[in-house]
Amino acid sequence: MTAGVDLGHPQAQAIQSDEDVVRVRQLVRAVAVAVKLSLVDQTKVVTAASELARNTLVYGGGGSVEVTTVDNGRRMGVRIVFADSGPGIADLDLAFTDGYTTGGGLGLGLSGARRLVDEFEIETSAEAGTRITVTKWSR
Amino acid sequence: MALNAEESGRLAALLGGHAEQVTARWTEIVTGSLRGRLSQAELRRQVQDLHRAIVASGEQGAIDLSAENSAELRAALSELSRGRARQGFSATETTISVFALKDVLAELLQDGGGANALHDYIAFSKLVDELGLFTFESFVRTRESLIADQAEQLLELSTPVVKLWEGVVAVPLVGTLDSARAQVVMERLLQTLVDTGSPYAIIDITGVPAVDTQVAQHILKTVVAARLMGADCIISGIRPQIAQTIVALGIEFGDIATKASLADALRHVLRLTGVETARRQPRRDI
Repeated sequence: MTAGVDLGHPQAQAIQSDEDVVRVRQLVRAVAVAVKLSLVDQTKVVTAASELARNTLVYGGGGSVEVTTVDNGRRMGVRIVFADSGPGIADLDLAFTDGYTTGGGLGLGLSGARRLVDEFEIETSAEAGTRITVTKWSR
Repeated sequence: MALNAEESGRLAALLGGHAEQVTARWTEIVTGSLRGRLSQAELRRQVQDLHRAIVASGEQGAIDLSAENSAELRAALSELSRGRARQGFSATETTISVFALKDVLAELLQDGGGANALHDYIAFSKLVDELGLFTFESFVRTRESLIADQAEQLLELSTPVVKLWEGVVAVPLVGTLDSARAQVVMERLLQTLVDTGSPYAIIDITGVPAVDTQVAQHILKTVVAARLMGADCIISGIRPQIAQTIVALGIEFGDIATKASLADALRHVLRLTGVETARRQPRRDI
Protein backbone atom coordinates (compact mmCIF):
# COMPACT_ATOMS: atom_id res chain seq x y z
CA MET A 1 0.00 0.00 0.00
CA THR A 2 1.38 3.40 -0.96
CA ALA A 3 2.14 5.23 2.25
CA GLY A 4 2.34 8.98 2.67
CA VAL A 5 0.56 10.28 -0.39
CA ASP A 6 1.73 13.70 -1.48
CA LEU A 7 -1.52 15.64 -1.76
CA GLY A 8 -1.76 18.46 -4.27
CA HIS A 9 0.71 16.93 -6.67
CA PRO A 10 -0.55 14.69 -9.45
CA GLN A 11 0.53 11.08 -9.02
CA ALA A 12 1.30 9.41 -12.34
CA GLN A 13 1.43 5.72 -13.12
CA ALA A 14 2.00 3.94 -16.41
CA ILE A 15 -0.39 1.16 -17.39
CA GLN A 16 1.50 -1.49 -19.33
CA SER A 17 0.69 -4.75 -17.54
CA ASP A 18 -1.72 -6.45 -15.15
CA GLU A 19 0.59 -5.55 -12.25
CA ASP A 20 0.20 -1.89 -13.19
CA VAL A 21 -3.58 -2.23 -12.83
CA VAL A 22 -2.99 -3.41 -9.26
CA ARG A 23 -0.65 -0.44 -8.68
CA VAL A 24 -3.32 1.95 -9.99
CA ARG A 25 -5.82 0.46 -7.54
CA GLN A 26 -3.40 0.88 -4.64
CA LEU A 27 -2.58 4.46 -5.65
CA VAL A 28 -6.25 5.43 -5.99
CA ARG A 29 -7.08 3.79 -2.67
CA ALA A 30 -4.27 5.67 -0.92
CA VAL A 31 -5.46 9.01 -2.34
CA ALA A 32 -9.11 8.19 -1.56
CA VAL A 33 -8.17 7.46 2.06
CA ALA A 34 -6.16 10.68 2.22
CA VAL A 35 -9.14 12.85 1.15
CA LYS A 36 -11.32 10.98 3.67
CA LEU A 37 -13.76 9.27 1.36
CA SER A 38 -16.13 6.88 3.15
CA LEU A 39 -15.38 3.15 2.89
CA VAL A 40 -18.17 2.66 0.37
CA ASP A 41 -16.94 5.55 -1.80
CA GLN A 42 -13.36 4.34 -1.55
CA THR A 43 -14.42 0.92 -2.79
CA LYS A 44 -16.50 2.46 -5.58
CA VAL A 45 -13.75 4.73 -6.90
CA VAL A 46 -11.12 1.98 -6.61
CA THR A 47 -13.35 -0.40 -8.54
CA ALA A 48 -14.08 2.24 -11.21
CA ALA A 49 -10.33 2.90 -11.52
CA SER A 50 -9.71 -0.82 -11.85
CA GLU A 51 -12.23 -1.11 -14.69
CA LEU A 52 -10.94 1.92 -16.58
CA ALA A 53 -7.29 0.97 -16.07
CA ARG A 54 -7.99 -2.47 -17.49
CA ASN A 55 -9.82 -0.92 -20.46
CA THR A 56 -6.80 1.32 -21.04
CA LEU A 57 -4.58 -1.75 -21.01
CA VAL A 58 -6.75 -4.16 -23.02
CA TYR A 59 -8.46 -1.88 -25.55
CA GLY A 60 -6.12 1.14 -25.57
CA GLY A 61 -2.98 -0.98 -25.76
CA GLY A 62 -1.58 0.58 -22.59
CA GLY A 63 -1.35 4.19 -21.49
CA SER A 64 -1.05 6.20 -18.36
CA VAL A 65 -3.06 7.40 -15.41
CA GLU A 66 -2.82 10.53 -13.32
CA VAL A 67 -4.43 10.83 -9.89
CA THR A 68 -4.98 14.23 -8.27
CA THR A 69 -6.89 15.54 -5.30
CA VAL A 70 -9.45 18.25 -6.01
CA ASP A 71 -11.06 20.74 -3.66
CA ASN A 72 -14.11 22.86 -4.54
CA GLY A 73 -14.06 24.78 -1.26
CA ARG A 74 -16.65 22.61 0.45
CA ARG A 75 -15.60 19.12 -0.38
CA MET A 76 -12.49 17.18 -1.27
CA GLY A 77 -12.36 14.64 -4.03
CA VAL A 78 -10.24 12.37 -6.19
CA ARG A 79 -9.80 13.05 -9.89
CA ILE A 80 -8.34 10.36 -12.13
CA VAL A 81 -7.37 10.84 -15.77
CA PHE A 82 -6.81 7.79 -17.98
CA ALA A 83 -5.14 8.39 -21.31
CA ASP A 84 -4.15 6.05 -24.10
CA SER A 85 -3.27 6.48 -27.76
CA GLY A 86 -5.19 3.44 -28.92
CA PRO A 87 -7.76 3.20 -31.72
CA GLY A 88 -10.46 5.14 -29.83
CA ILE A 89 -14.09 4.08 -29.39
CA ALA A 90 -16.07 4.07 -32.64
CA ASP A 91 -19.60 4.06 -31.20
CA LEU A 92 -19.85 5.59 -27.72
CA ASP A 93 -23.57 4.83 -27.28
CA LEU A 94 -22.95 1.19 -28.03
CA ALA A 95 -19.90 1.09 -25.76
CA PHE A 96 -22.00 2.40 -22.86
CA THR A 97 -24.68 -0.24 -23.39
CA ASP A 98 -24.73 -2.74 -20.51
CA GLY A 99 -23.58 -6.12 -21.66
CA TYR A 100 -21.94 -4.97 -24.88
CA THR A 101 -18.33 -6.06 -25.23
CA THR A 102 -15.83 -6.47 -28.04
CA GLY A 103 -13.49 -8.38 -25.74
CA GLY A 104 -14.44 -11.35 -23.61
CA GLY A 105 -15.65 -9.49 -20.54
CA LEU A 106 -19.06 -8.93 -19.02
CA GLY A 107 -19.56 -5.67 -20.93
CA LEU A 108 -20.18 -3.72 -17.75
CA GLY A 109 -16.84 -2.06 -17.11
CA LEU A 110 -17.28 1.26 -18.91
CA SER A 111 -20.97 1.77 -18.11
CA GLY A 112 -20.49 0.47 -14.56
CA ALA A 113 -17.54 2.77 -13.93
CA ARG A 114 -19.71 5.74 -14.98
CA ARG A 115 -22.29 4.75 -12.38
CA LEU A 116 -19.62 4.38 -9.67
CA VAL A 117 -18.29 7.95 -9.87
CA ASP A 118 -19.80 11.45 -9.59
CA GLU A 119 -18.37 13.02 -12.75
CA PHE A 120 -17.39 11.21 -15.92
CA GLU A 121 -15.97 12.79 -19.09
CA ILE A 122 -14.75 10.99 -22.15
CA GLU A 123 -12.96 12.25 -25.24
CA THR A 124 -12.19 9.74 -27.91
CA SER A 125 -11.02 9.76 -31.50
CA ALA A 126 -9.25 7.39 -33.82
CA GLU A 127 -6.29 9.80 -34.09
CA ALA A 128 -5.74 10.94 -30.51
CA GLY A 129 -6.87 7.86 -28.62
CA THR A 130 -9.12 7.92 -25.58
CA ARG A 131 -9.01 10.16 -22.54
CA ILE A 132 -11.36 9.57 -19.62
CA THR A 133 -11.61 11.88 -16.60
CA VAL A 134 -13.54 10.75 -13.54
CA THR A 135 -14.10 12.49 -10.21
CA LYS A 136 -15.44 11.21 -6.91
CA TRP A 137 -16.35 13.74 -4.21
CA SER A 138 -16.39 13.12 -0.49
CA ARG A 139 -19.75 13.43 1.19
CA MET B 1 36.37 0.17 -20.59
CA ALA B 2 38.47 -2.68 -21.88
CA LEU B 3 42.22 -2.85 -21.33
CA ASN B 4 44.53 -3.15 -24.31
CA ALA B 5 46.82 -6.14 -24.60
CA GLU B 6 49.84 -4.35 -23.16
CA GLU B 7 48.00 -3.08 -20.09
CA SER B 8 46.37 -6.46 -19.60
CA GLY B 9 49.75 -8.11 -19.67
CA ARG B 10 51.10 -5.72 -17.04
CA LEU B 11 48.03 -6.29 -14.86
CA ALA B 12 48.39 -10.04 -15.12
CA ALA B 13 52.09 -9.82 -14.31
CA LEU B 14 51.46 -7.52 -11.36
CA LEU B 15 48.68 -9.65 -9.88
CA GLY B 16 50.31 -12.96 -10.76
CA GLY B 17 53.70 -11.93 -9.38
CA HIS B 18 52.32 -11.02 -5.99
CA ALA B 19 49.58 -13.68 -5.86
CA GLU B 20 49.93 -14.47 -2.15
CA GLN B 21 50.16 -10.84 -1.07
CA VAL B 22 47.26 -9.74 -3.32
CA THR B 23 44.78 -12.37 -2.20
CA ALA B 24 45.70 -11.90 1.46
CA ARG B 25 45.24 -8.14 1.35
CA TRP B 26 42.10 -8.41 -0.80
CA THR B 27 40.54 -10.91 1.61
CA GLU B 28 41.45 -8.67 4.52
CA ILE B 29 39.68 -5.63 3.03
CA VAL B 30 36.54 -7.58 2.10
CA THR B 31 36.38 -9.25 5.52
CA GLY B 32 36.08 -5.87 7.15
CA SER B 33 33.15 -4.87 4.94
CA LEU B 34 31.20 -8.08 5.53
CA ARG B 35 31.38 -7.89 9.34
CA GLY B 36 32.14 -11.56 9.78
CA ARG B 37 29.05 -12.91 8.04
CA LEU B 38 31.13 -15.07 5.74
CA SER B 39 33.91 -17.37 6.89
CA GLN B 40 37.50 -16.35 6.18
CA ALA B 41 38.19 -19.57 4.29
CA GLU B 42 35.14 -19.17 2.07
CA LEU B 43 36.05 -15.58 1.32
CA ARG B 44 39.64 -16.47 0.54
CA ARG B 45 38.46 -19.12 -1.89
CA GLN B 46 36.19 -16.63 -3.70
CA VAL B 47 38.96 -14.02 -3.87
CA GLN B 48 41.41 -16.61 -5.20
CA ASP B 49 38.91 -17.65 -7.89
CA LEU B 50 38.51 -14.05 -9.00
CA HIS B 51 42.24 -13.44 -8.88
CA ARG B 52 42.94 -16.53 -10.97
CA ALA B 53 40.26 -15.56 -13.52
CA ILE B 54 41.63 -12.02 -13.93
CA VAL B 55 45.22 -13.21 -14.30
CA ALA B 56 44.15 -15.92 -16.76
CA SER B 57 42.27 -13.55 -19.04
CA GLY B 58 45.02 -10.94 -18.76
CA GLU B 59 47.59 -13.47 -19.97
CA GLN B 60 45.45 -14.25 -23.01
CA GLY B 61 45.62 -10.66 -24.25
CA ALA B 62 43.31 -7.69 -23.94
CA ILE B 63 40.80 -8.02 -21.10
CA ASP B 64 37.36 -7.22 -22.44
CA LEU B 65 34.43 -8.40 -20.35
CA SER B 66 32.19 -8.88 -23.38
CA ALA B 67 34.81 -10.90 -25.30
CA GLU B 68 35.02 -14.65 -25.69
CA ASN B 69 38.24 -15.12 -23.68
CA SER B 70 36.70 -13.54 -20.58
CA ALA B 71 34.09 -16.26 -20.14
CA GLU B 72 35.85 -17.60 -17.06
CA LEU B 73 36.05 -14.14 -15.52
CA ARG B 74 32.36 -13.51 -16.17
CA ALA B 75 31.49 -16.87 -14.64
CA ALA B 76 33.54 -16.14 -11.52
CA LEU B 77 31.85 -12.76 -11.06
CA SER B 78 28.37 -14.21 -11.66
CA GLU B 79 29.00 -16.98 -9.18
CA LEU B 80 30.15 -14.50 -6.56
CA SER B 81 27.09 -12.27 -6.95
CA ARG B 82 24.67 -15.19 -7.14
CA GLY B 83 26.03 -16.58 -3.89
CA ARG B 84 25.91 -13.21 -2.16
CA ALA B 85 22.34 -12.48 -3.37
CA ARG B 86 21.08 -15.84 -2.13
CA GLN B 87 22.79 -15.40 1.24
CA GLY B 88 21.01 -12.07 1.68
CA PHE B 89 23.95 -9.69 1.35
CA SER B 90 23.23 -6.15 0.14
CA ALA B 91 24.30 -4.83 -3.26
CA THR B 92 27.03 -2.74 -1.61
CA GLU B 93 28.42 -5.68 0.33
CA THR B 94 28.54 -7.66 -2.91
CA THR B 95 30.17 -5.12 -5.21
CA ILE B 96 32.67 -4.03 -2.55
CA SER B 97 34.23 -7.49 -2.87
CA VAL B 98 35.23 -6.46 -6.39
CA PHE B 99 35.98 -2.80 -5.75
CA ALA B 100 38.40 -3.81 -2.96
CA LEU B 101 40.78 -4.81 -5.76
CA LYS B 102 41.33 -1.09 -6.42
CA ASP B 103 42.84 -0.57 -2.98
CA VAL B 104 45.05 -3.59 -3.46
CA LEU B 105 46.24 -2.31 -6.84
CA ALA B 106 46.86 1.19 -5.48
CA GLU B 107 49.11 -0.22 -2.75
CA LEU B 108 50.97 -2.47 -5.19
CA LEU B 109 51.59 0.33 -7.70
CA GLN B 110 52.69 2.70 -4.98
CA ASP B 111 55.34 0.26 -3.85
CA GLY B 112 56.82 -0.35 -7.26
CA GLY B 113 54.76 0.59 -10.30
CA GLY B 114 57.56 2.41 -12.10
CA ALA B 115 57.01 5.31 -14.47
CA ASN B 116 53.67 4.07 -15.73
CA ALA B 117 52.13 3.78 -12.26
CA LEU B 118 49.53 6.55 -12.63
CA HIS B 119 48.56 5.61 -16.17
CA ASP B 120 48.24 1.95 -15.19
CA TYR B 121 46.25 2.71 -12.07
CA ILE B 122 43.68 4.72 -14.05
CA ALA B 123 43.35 1.99 -16.66
CA PHE B 124 43.13 -0.81 -14.07
CA SER B 125 40.63 1.09 -12.01
CA LYS B 126 38.38 1.53 -15.05
CA LEU B 127 38.48 -2.21 -15.52
CA VAL B 128 37.60 -2.78 -11.86
CA ASP B 129 34.66 -0.40 -12.27
CA GLU B 130 33.46 -2.48 -15.17
CA LEU B 131 33.85 -5.69 -13.20
CA GLY B 132 31.92 -4.09 -10.33
CA LEU B 133 29.06 -3.04 -12.58
CA PHE B 134 28.89 -6.50 -14.08
CA THR B 135 28.75 -7.97 -10.57
CA PHE B 136 26.00 -5.55 -9.60
CA GLU B 137 23.95 -6.46 -12.64
CA SER B 138 24.17 -10.17 -12.02
CA PHE B 139 23.31 -9.50 -8.38
CA VAL B 140 20.12 -7.70 -9.48
CA ARG B 141 19.28 -10.47 -11.95
CA THR B 142 19.58 -13.09 -9.20
CA ARG B 143 17.40 -11.02 -6.89
CA GLU B 144 14.77 -10.63 -9.61
CA SER B 145 14.65 -14.33 -10.26
CA LEU B 146 14.30 -14.91 -6.50
CA ILE B 147 11.34 -12.52 -6.45
CA ALA B 148 9.75 -14.25 -9.44
CA ASP B 149 10.18 -17.63 -7.71
CA GLN B 150 8.59 -16.29 -4.55
CA ALA B 151 5.66 -14.81 -6.48
CA GLU B 152 5.06 -18.25 -7.94
CA GLN B 153 5.24 -19.88 -4.52
CA LEU B 154 2.85 -17.26 -3.16
CA LEU B 155 0.37 -18.14 -5.87
CA GLU B 156 0.42 -21.72 -4.63
CA LEU B 157 0.28 -20.71 -0.99
CA SER B 158 -2.58 -18.30 -1.23
CA THR B 159 -5.17 -20.62 -2.68
CA PRO B 160 -5.97 -23.38 -0.24
CA VAL B 161 -9.16 -25.40 -0.55
CA VAL B 162 -10.30 -26.49 2.90
CA LYS B 163 -12.89 -29.01 4.00
CA LEU B 164 -15.36 -27.30 6.32
CA TRP B 165 -17.80 -30.12 6.93
CA GLU B 166 -18.70 -33.51 5.52
CA GLY B 167 -19.53 -32.66 1.90
CA VAL B 168 -18.65 -28.97 2.17
CA VAL B 169 -15.39 -27.43 0.91
CA ALA B 170 -14.43 -23.77 1.08
CA VAL B 171 -12.00 -21.56 -0.84
CA PRO B 172 -10.99 -18.49 1.15
CA LEU B 173 -9.73 -15.99 -1.42
CA VAL B 174 -7.24 -13.41 -0.18
CA GLY B 175 -5.76 -10.58 -2.23
CA THR B 176 -6.00 -9.78 -5.90
CA LEU B 177 -7.78 -12.28 -8.09
CA ASP B 178 -6.09 -11.99 -11.46
CA SER B 179 -6.43 -14.44 -14.32
CA ALA B 180 -3.50 -16.60 -13.23
CA ARG B 181 -4.82 -17.01 -9.68
CA ALA B 182 -8.38 -17.51 -10.85
CA GLN B 183 -7.14 -20.39 -12.98
CA VAL B 184 -5.30 -21.97 -10.02
CA VAL B 185 -8.35 -21.52 -7.79
CA MET B 186 -10.66 -23.12 -10.31
CA GLU B 187 -8.39 -26.11 -10.86
CA ARG B 188 -7.88 -26.67 -7.15
CA LEU B 189 -11.56 -26.36 -6.35
CA LEU B 190 -12.73 -28.69 -9.11
CA GLN B 191 -10.09 -31.26 -8.20
CA THR B 192 -11.02 -31.11 -4.51
CA LEU B 193 -14.69 -31.51 -5.38
CA VAL B 194 -13.83 -34.74 -7.19
CA ASP B 195 -11.41 -35.98 -4.52
CA THR B 196 -13.75 -35.41 -1.59
CA GLY B 197 -17.01 -36.04 -3.42
CA SER B 198 -18.42 -32.84 -1.96
CA PRO B 199 -21.72 -31.56 -3.32
CA TYR B 200 -21.20 -28.06 -1.87
CA ALA B 201 -18.49 -25.43 -2.28
CA ILE B 202 -18.24 -22.06 -0.59
CA ILE B 203 -16.16 -19.31 -2.22
CA ASP B 204 -15.29 -16.74 0.40
CA ILE B 205 -14.23 -13.31 -0.89
CA THR B 206 -13.78 -11.56 2.46
CA GLY B 207 -10.11 -11.05 1.69
CA VAL B 208 -10.57 -9.65 -1.83
CA PRO B 209 -10.19 -5.86 -1.58
CA ALA B 210 -12.02 -4.89 -4.78
CA VAL B 211 -14.54 -6.87 -6.79
CA ASP B 212 -14.56 -5.51 -10.33
CA THR B 213 -16.09 -7.07 -13.43
CA GLN B 214 -13.01 -9.19 -14.11
CA VAL B 215 -13.02 -10.69 -10.60
CA ALA B 216 -16.78 -11.26 -10.85
CA GLN B 217 -16.36 -12.96 -14.18
CA HIS B 218 -13.67 -15.27 -12.79
CA ILE B 219 -15.91 -16.20 -9.86
CA LEU B 220 -18.92 -16.75 -12.11
CA LYS B 221 -16.91 -19.02 -14.41
CA THR B 222 -15.69 -21.05 -11.42
CA VAL B 223 -19.27 -21.42 -10.16
CA VAL B 224 -20.52 -22.52 -13.57
CA ALA B 225 -17.70 -25.08 -13.86
CA ALA B 226 -18.50 -26.46 -10.41
CA ARG B 227 -22.17 -26.69 -11.34
CA LEU B 228 -21.33 -28.67 -14.44
CA MET B 229 -19.73 -31.19 -12.09
CA GLY B 230 -22.89 -31.31 -10.03
CA ALA B 231 -21.72 -29.17 -7.11
CA ASP B 232 -23.53 -26.14 -5.74
CA CYS B 233 -21.55 -22.99 -5.01
CA ILE B 234 -22.25 -20.33 -2.43
CA ILE B 235 -20.38 -17.01 -2.46
CA SER B 236 -19.73 -15.56 0.97
CA GLY B 237 -17.93 -12.57 2.41
CA ILE B 238 -19.90 -9.90 0.56
CA ARG B 239 -19.35 -6.82 2.72
CA PRO B 240 -21.68 -3.78 2.52
CA GLN B 241 -19.31 -1.70 0.37
CA ILE B 242 -18.74 -4.63 -2.01
CA ALA B 243 -22.50 -5.21 -2.30
CA GLN B 244 -23.11 -1.56 -3.21
CA THR B 245 -20.28 -1.57 -5.74
CA ILE B 246 -21.56 -4.75 -7.38
CA VAL B 247 -25.04 -3.23 -7.69
CA ALA B 248 -23.67 0.01 -9.21
CA LEU B 249 -21.54 -1.95 -11.66
CA GLY B 250 -24.60 -3.93 -12.69
CA ILE B 251 -23.13 -7.37 -12.07
CA GLU B 252 -25.77 -10.03 -11.56
CA PHE B 253 -25.06 -13.24 -9.73
CA GLY B 254 -28.35 -14.70 -10.90
CA ASP B 255 -29.56 -17.63 -8.82
CA ILE B 256 -26.19 -18.14 -7.11
CA ALA B 257 -26.62 -18.00 -3.34
CA THR B 258 -24.58 -15.20 -1.73
CA LYS B 259 -24.04 -14.61 1.98
CA ALA B 260 -22.45 -11.86 4.06
CA SER B 261 -20.20 -14.17 6.05
CA LEU B 262 -18.66 -17.61 5.85
CA ALA B 263 -20.64 -18.64 8.95
CA ASP B 264 -23.92 -17.73 7.22
CA ALA B 265 -22.89 -19.71 4.16
CA LEU B 266 -22.03 -22.78 6.24
CA ARG B 267 -25.31 -22.55 8.15
CA HIS B 268 -27.16 -22.27 4.82
CA VAL B 269 -25.47 -25.39 3.46
CA LEU B 270 -26.03 -27.37 6.65
CA ARG B 271 -29.71 -26.50 6.54
CA LEU B 272 -29.86 -27.66 2.91
CA THR B 273 -28.23 -30.96 3.79
CA GLY B 274 -30.55 -31.48 6.75
CA VAL B 275 -27.90 -31.24 9.47
CA GLU B 276 -29.52 -29.98 12.64
CA THR B 277 -27.65 -27.34 14.54
CA ALA B 278 -29.08 -26.50 17.92
CA ARG B 279 -27.82 -24.33 20.67
CA ARG B 280 -27.46 -26.36 23.85
CA GLN B 281 -29.68 -25.14 26.63
CA PRO B 282 -27.64 -23.78 29.51
CA ARG B 283 -28.03 -26.11 32.47
CA ARG B 284 -30.10 -24.62 35.25
CA ASP B 285 -29.13 -25.03 38.84
CA ILE B 286 -31.83 -26.66 40.89
